Order: sequence, then structure tokens, then C-alpha cells
Amino acid sequence: MNINDTRISDRPITSDLFKPNLAKRYNLDRVFAFFAWGATTIAVAILAWLLITILIDGIGTLNWNFIDSFASRKAERAGIKAALAGTLWVMGVVAVFSFPLGVGAGIFLEEFSEDNWFTRLVEINISNLAGVPSIIYGLLGLAAFVRILGPITGGRSVLAGGLTLVLLILPVIIVSTREALRTVPDGIRAAGFALGATRWQVIWNHILPAAMPGILTGMILSLSRAIGETAPLLAIGAASFIAFTPNGLQSSFTALPIQIYDWVGRPKKEFHDLAASGIIVLMTVLLLMNAGAIYLRNRFQQTR
Amino acid sequence: MTQTAGAMTAHKIAFQAEKLSVSYGSTMAVKDVFLDIPQNQIVAFIGPSGCGKSTVLRCFNRMNDLIPSAKVEGRITFKGQDIYDKRVDAVELRRRVGMVFQRPNPFPKSIYQNIAFGARINGYQGDMDELVERSLRDAALWDEVKDKLKASGLSLSGGQQQRLCIARAIAIEPEVILMDEPCSALDPISTLRVEELMQELKQKYTIVIVTHNMQQASRTSDYTAFYNAKATDQGGKMGYLVEYDRTEVIFQQPAQQSTQEYVSGRFG
Repeated sequence: MNINDTRISDRPITSDLFKPNLAKRYNLDRVFAFFAWGATTIAVAILAWLLITILIDGIGTLNWNFIDSFASRKAERAGIKAALAGTLWVMGVVAVFSFPLGVGAGIFLEEFSEDNWFTRLVEINISNLAGVPSIIYGLLGLAAFVRILGPITGGRSVLAGGLTLVLLILPVIIVSTREALRTVPDGIRAAGFALGATRWQVIWNHILPAAMPGILTGMILSLSRAIGETAPLLAIGAASFIAFTPNGLQSSFTALPIQIYDWVGRPKKEFHDLAASGIIVLMTVLLLMNAGAIYLRNRFQQTR
Repeated sequence: MTQTAGAMTAHKIAFQAEKLSVSYGSTMAVKDVFLDIPQNQIVAFIGPSGCGKSTVLRCFNRMNDLIPSAKVEGRITFKGQDIYDKRVDAVELRRRVGMVFQRPNPFPKSIYQNIAFGARINGYQGDMDELVERSLRDAALWDEVKDKLKASGLSLSGGQQQRLCIARAIAIEPEVILMDEPCSALDPISTLRVEELMQELKQKYTIVIVTHNMQQASRTSDYTAFYNAKATDQGGKMGYLVEYDRTEVIFQQPAQQSTQEYVSGRFG
């Protein structure tokens, strides 16, 4: 065939080479729609079944006494006061440390750092750290925060537990922060610089507010993961039988997942019901936390 | 070799480019440009895509600094001062040399905040309300937005957004406004309004505009620079300045044949 041959006229317009086969394509559509529907239904049904069984088991023992009592060997007197307070303390530490560290690292890697071997090494490491099993972080926390930094953290304390969970979720926060920053159009950056803004003024006034909804979504997911983690806290040696609420960062503590884990492992049925009640409380705290973050996210979206 | 347009001696010179070359990595984008930009005039840059006219424009406020691989050689002076001198601060330079971009890019904030931001970061001491109103009036946008200054800049139409960007640029009282194809995303009515606005702004500001629209260049500008691109040995394209003169000369009796062919629409 000649490359200069650009004629199109000798082909008939009504070509019989096309076979639209609409019926088959629509059937394929239906098959895929059915699979997607089925996948969603199965996922939602399992979740609903889980929630309903938990509610049935746990609602009976869920009352103010349960929330206001410390752990006990007698099931009818046992409660989650220490665990709930411990979880709130630890999550406070996690939020206070992980947000500035994670977002700050994300901003540095995305907006400030140059593309060289060092930043690429850091990036690869962060991506890999996101996939490390949480028990490994527990062992790291045990070595770093409980042993080496023991004089500062106070050993198996709220601070040591919180910092261990911070390590666990930092990679996810950093990665989601960078993703959020990347979605901010470059035109915004250019507009800021063209007005004589410094790099930090552009980031603080324009890039961060625009990226904040995405950053907060990453925070929500990360904190949700942290609040349910049991293994790292067990590894650093958080006790499960504690009859006081933490009175400071260096106080020893227990947390809801640990208390639940402890109750589930006991032979008596009464304790299993207490575990279900504890799960309801844990999920309520989680939902309240997420609701707060979603509220903040919507506030940022409205100002745009 | 210096391309000084005829009768330009009548004007003071804002920018003077001497042997200006810009490369991105190992690719030379534009080479050996000699060019004077007169004060309080409108200078249009025309030429086919990839001829380096936007690249040259972005040298005047050092926006190329933000691209790590960009390298600027040669010399550009602004009112006698070498702007690539180490003692010149790019942040300060950009306050004096404003820019309007191809796509309207208001900040995702209120109309008021869009104007006030530049003034605030540059330490403006005067009455902010008055500055916002004056800037919007100068950009011929005040009557359309005076009742909704708290509305988001993104709620405006494309043409209004671009005039908001112009208002934002003139709010910090620059001496020059660089416009990088400011009307390419606008409809004809909005384009006309921006062009009328440029004629008004000319009294106070020096304007350099990159445009693909030949009519726009001939309608609005006092001087026109025609850029072209030639193939390089590496297979890329490299831009250069072909001809620079008063706009009526470029459009009616250009010295170069390629200019004649371009402005009469025979290529590009």
C-alpha cells in the first residue's frame, strides 16, 4: 500500500464488515451489573449480620454501670471505664502527634524536596512501611519507646502506646497527604507565586486549604485503623487488668481492643457478652470520631 | 543584531533582553532573543506553537525559576537592573511584574479574598475595602460583583474569572502585566471586554501579551514580536525571534518572508 494513497472513495459507505451485535453486548452489561450488585450485597449483608449479632449479644449488658466500672473477675461487676479512658488518651496522643508529623512530611516530600536519590529512597521506604504487619510496629515500639525512651515515656505508658500507633499510621497519612496535595491544580500555585508570595505563603494560604478535605479523609481512615489495633499494644505490654483511669501521659493504661480481646478469651459466656458490649462502645467512639472529621472536611469544602 | 523596533526611542524601556536563551534539561526552547519592551505600551508575542514565546514571557517575572530543569542564559534588565542578578529577589520582582495566565485561575476563595491576598502578603497598609473596590473597578468587574464579594471566585463565568485574575494582578500595583494567552479560554464577548480593558490599563501599566489570535495582536498591540521554531539536529524544535517592530509594520510590510506568510495565515 502506498503511503500517499489517501483516497477513501472506493470503499462503499454501507460496509458489512461491522457487526454491532448489540444483544450480546447488552447481555454482558447485565452480567456485570449482576456481579457488582452481588458483591455489594454480600459485603453489606456480612457487615449487617456482624452488627446485628453484636447488638443482640451486647445490648443486654450495655448500661451506665458497664461504662462506669473497672475490670473485675466477676462478670456482673466488670466494666470498661479504664479501657475507654485509656483508648481516649491514646487516641488523643495519636491525633496530636500523627497529624503534624504526617502532614508535614507529606508537604515536604510533595512541595519542597527535589527529586534525587535520597527523596526516592525515603518514598520507597514509606510505601513499604505502609504494608508492614502491625505486630512489628509493636516490637519497634517496645524497643524504642518502652525501653530506650523509657525515662521520658514512663515505660508501658499512654505515651509509649500512642507513639507506637503513630508510627503505624504515619505512612498512610503521608501517602494520602501527598495524594491530596497532588490534586490541587498547578494554576493555583502559579497564581500565588505570580503575586509575589513565598513558597510557604502559597502552601499555607492556598494549597493546604484546597487539599484539606483529602488530607482529613486520610486522617479518618488512619485513626480508624489505629483505634482498633490490638497487637502493637499487646506487644508493648499494655496491661488488661487495670483498676484506674490514666492520670497523665506516663500513666500505664489499657485500651478497648485489649479489654475486648481479654474478655473474648475467657471461658464464661457472660464475659463474651461483655466483649460484645465493649465492641458496641468501641464502634460508637469510632463513629463519633469519624463524624467529627467529616464535619471538619465539609466545612473546608464549603469555603471553596 | 539587536532587534530594536523603529521609533521605539520615543519610549522609555521597561525590559531589555540580550542574547536570551532558555533550555529545559538538554532541550533548547528558545535561543538568542534580543528584545526591548517599551513602557506603557502593549507588546504582543505571536508565532506558532512551540516557538518559545510563553517561555520568553515567563522569564520576565522569573516564573521559570519554579521549573527545576529550566536554565536561563543571557541577560534581562528591568529598568536597568539585571533581574537574574543574585541580589534581585524573585519574590519582590513578581510583585512589580504581575501575570495573568491562559486559564482563569482564581483562588478557591471569595472574590474579596482573591484580591486581598496579594495585598496582604505584600504588606499593604491602606484601606483593604477601598483597594478591593478600586482593583475591581479598574478591571471592569465591579458592577457585576459588588453585591457578592463574599461569593467564591469560582462561581463567576470564565470571562469574569479572567477579569478577576486581572483585578488580582493589578491590586498589588505592579509596573508590568504579563498575559499568557489570556483570552484563549474565553468567548468572543469576554475577549472583547478584556481587550478593551487592556487599552485602559495601558495608561498605567506596561503590557506584554502572548496570543495565538492574529486579529487580537493587530487590534490591541503597539508592537509585535514574531517568533518561529526550527527543527534541531536532535529532532526537537527550537524557538527564535524572527522579527520585532511596530504592529502595523509587522502586519503590513514585514521585512521577513516567514512573518508575511504567518500573519497572512499561510502557515502556523
